[in-house]
Amino acid sequence: MAVATVIEEQRKSEETALITGSEAIAVACKLADVDVITAYPIRPYDTVMQYVCKLVANGEMDCEYIVAEGEHSQFEIVKHASACGARVFCGSSGVGWMYAMEALTVTPALRIPMIAMVGNRALDDPGAFGVEHNDALTVRDLGWQLVWVDNAQEALDTALIAYRVAEDRRIFLPCAISCDGAFLTHSQALVKIPSQEKVNEFLPPYNRGDLLLHPDNPITVAPQGNEDWVMEIRRQNYAAMERSYGVIKEAYADFGRIFGRSYGNPFFEEYMTDDADIVLMGMGTLSISVKVAIRQMRKEGKRVGFVRMRWFRPFAAEDLAKSLQRFAAIGVIDRDYSFGSPYLGGVLAGEVRHALYPGPGKKPPVVDFICGLGGREVTVPDVQRMAESVYNAAEGKAQPLTQWIGLRE
Amino acid sequence: MGRLFAIEIIYRGIFQKTLATRMSRAIVLAAHHEGKMGISFGRYGDSPERNGIPAKNFAIVATDEQTLQDGMAKYEPKEVDITICVDDTLCKGVESWAWYGLQPVNRLLKPGGTLIVTSREGPEAIIAMAHRKESPYQLSILKGTVSFSGLWVYKDDHTDVRILGAIAKILPDLFSLQSVQKAIVSEWKDELKATSAAKSYERTTSITVQPNQGNPETPYKFDLPKWHEMGEGIAIPSIPAGRNMEDPVSHAHGGFQPDRNPTFKKFSTRTMRPVVNFDTCIKCTLCWLQCPDSCFDVTPEGLYDANMQACCGCGVCEAVCPVKECVTMVNETEFSDNSSQWEDWRKDKDAYKTWLEDKIKSHPERSHGFRYRGQYEEQIPEMLEIAREK
Repeated sequence: MAVATVIEEQRKSEETALITGSEAIAVACKLADVDVITAYPIRPYDTVMQYVCKLVANGEMDCEYIVAEGEHSQFEIVKHASACGARVFCGSSGVGWMYAMEALTVTPALRIPMIAMVGNRALDDPGAFGVEHNDALTVRDLGWQLVWVDNAQEALDTALIAYRVAEDRRIFLPCAISCDGAFLTHSQALVKIPSQEKVNEFLPPYNRGDLLLHPDNPITVAPQGNEDWVMEIRRQNYAAMERSYGVIKEAYADFGRIFGRSYGNPFFEEYMTDDADIVLMGMGTLSISVKVAIRQMRKEGKRVGFVRMRWFRPFAAEDLAKSLQRFAAIGVIDRDYSFGSPYLGGVLAGEVRHALYPGPGKKPPVVDFICGLGGREVTVPDVQRMAESVYNAAEGKAQPLTQWIGLRE
Repeated sequence: MGRLFAIEIIYRGIFQKTLATRMSRAIVLAAHHEGKMGISFGRYGDSPERNGIPAKNFAIVATDEQTLQDGMAKYEPKEVDITICVDDTLCKGVESWAWYGLQPVNRLLKPGGTLIVTSREGPEAIIAMAHRKESPYQLSILKGTVSFSGLWVYKDDHTDVRILGAIAKILPDLFSLQSVQKAIVSEWKDELKATSAAKSYERTTSITVQPNQGNPETPYKFDLPKWHEMGEGIAIPSIPAGRNMEDPVSHAHGGFQPDRNPTFKKFSTRTMRPVVNFDTCIKCTLCWLQCPDSCFDVTPEGLYDANMQACCGCGVCEAVCPVKECVTMVNETEFSDNSSQWEDWRKDKDAYKTWLEDKIKSHPERSHGFRYRGQYEEQIPEMLEIAREK
């Protein structure tokens, strides 16, 4: 059967494929008809590029696929391609992402709607490949949108949504989609692949408009600036990020309508929170262990809930504070670290405490758990231990503000 | 509460990576034809993997979403219904990247679960290699030459579909023969493969292995240090310099024996090992020079002894040795210890000569991937012959 005929049939119906989170994002790139993709090998994100080039080689995808000589060039190339009006995709992991840092800082500043996949990986040294969230989090102040997914279906759907949001002229900010290394990048699950028709209905073509780098549009991009200009330029990014909250909500609503798959509140998932005494929070695939532990605890009469952050930037602080005030105490699971931070806590706990602090409502105690670093599993017994500590906090018993779980000590 | 199924595939990294992935995926897809859902993923492999180093691939299947999630909450399943071992030498135990110590091949198997092994050996040999388990388990041998491939080439000898057919027979609740045939045809568009699966289904038998059967040794393990017991700055002690060797007969000292890694013994990384004819060795030093892992100990008289604490069976020594049958790679199933061949030779040269000749004759030779043109064509008829045997 000719490749073209197969694609034709696939276009019409929604098929199911057994694919990894990385492959799901590659499929999203194919459906989004991405124009330029640059690759450089580093595990565990590189499976997305392996799948992309397989699609290109099989004639299922038509794009410029360039293997750069390093991540710095990798991200520079797509940044420039995007400035010239190409829809782009890129990605990296761990120290590869670090190697691209100069390009990563400039990308949001220039309002480049790049979509990047970060296969979360511990930062070297030591050279572990296991998951930690610090790599993607490094750009959290720079104007990148950041979102964490916890399964392959969500990875595919979020990639399509990310293009829609990032390329919205009101936004024009890059978006990094984080997939836990190994647990999501390398495990194959059954994923529904949407039809090309529906994707075309949801995702308009990329239109760079007045910012298009083209001889017919005489502009100069990124001239030298001094203290007379920088503040205003930064203020523009602030405004774009402020607007992205609304654009994200619109995009998810449209997605639900067109694809028939609704994610509820886009910014965070709430699991069994309606009647919960306490909640745990976290990002990425640790959600599986947490949900399983919660179901077990519920059988014992412990009403625990779970809030899984999807969008880390923009951080929906008001929504989150409104939700969290209902609970007697909160436990944040940080699959990351922030040495020397207040109370030596992780990044997510810091953000959560910050979200709670200014608002008018209650401020439940927040306990921070550093867990699952370097790819170590977050186990069901770990979660039960954490819940116990949070229950203690809820009862007013002092708990260490930052606790390391699953450590050999 | 729904039903959860778990199958693990223990394989040699790189050489059997595609074999493992194909089977693992087909298991999920076959079960999906019956309305079940599942995931397939690897563990203890690297990305890319390391040649020959044991790795595992898992297929977890459940009757419903929530039960699947329960199964996924622990990355490696607590127990499996079936362990598929696609290299019989792995029955000696698995010492893979990111696992410390030796893990018995049947460690995760549920009581009464089935170990499927591809081998030309009979049950006695397989059982002798595997560690004793506190509960009985089933052993099913898929007769055939162990299937090795390269990273970019796949040796399509039907090992995958034969094992899939066997699973349908052993665990019909997971999927039927019809379902696995549907998965085979939709993935690989090959009716002949579906027929192979059916033939295997017909032929599959198993025997019970009792707790008192098997290797009685306690597999070695290591305790990991606590955070405050570790040195700082991500600095670890290196392997110290070695020492000279002692002749077991004359007690002369000389030569050089490097010290070896105390926590990674490499015993299970081999699918074959070199046997050395010390009588014909001309001391050209090429094996010692070319060995990628510096396995060769230099004896007091200047001969070269492959140290089994370091050898991972790559076969370079055999390839570079200029003397016919001086270094010969032999199937690892032929050996049940890791003793020094040189010491054995020094103690009794005649006995060693007999032992050596027997080992060389008794191949079957192992090879990884495709070592020369036409090798695939040579091996397929051999496999077909075995497949036709009763």
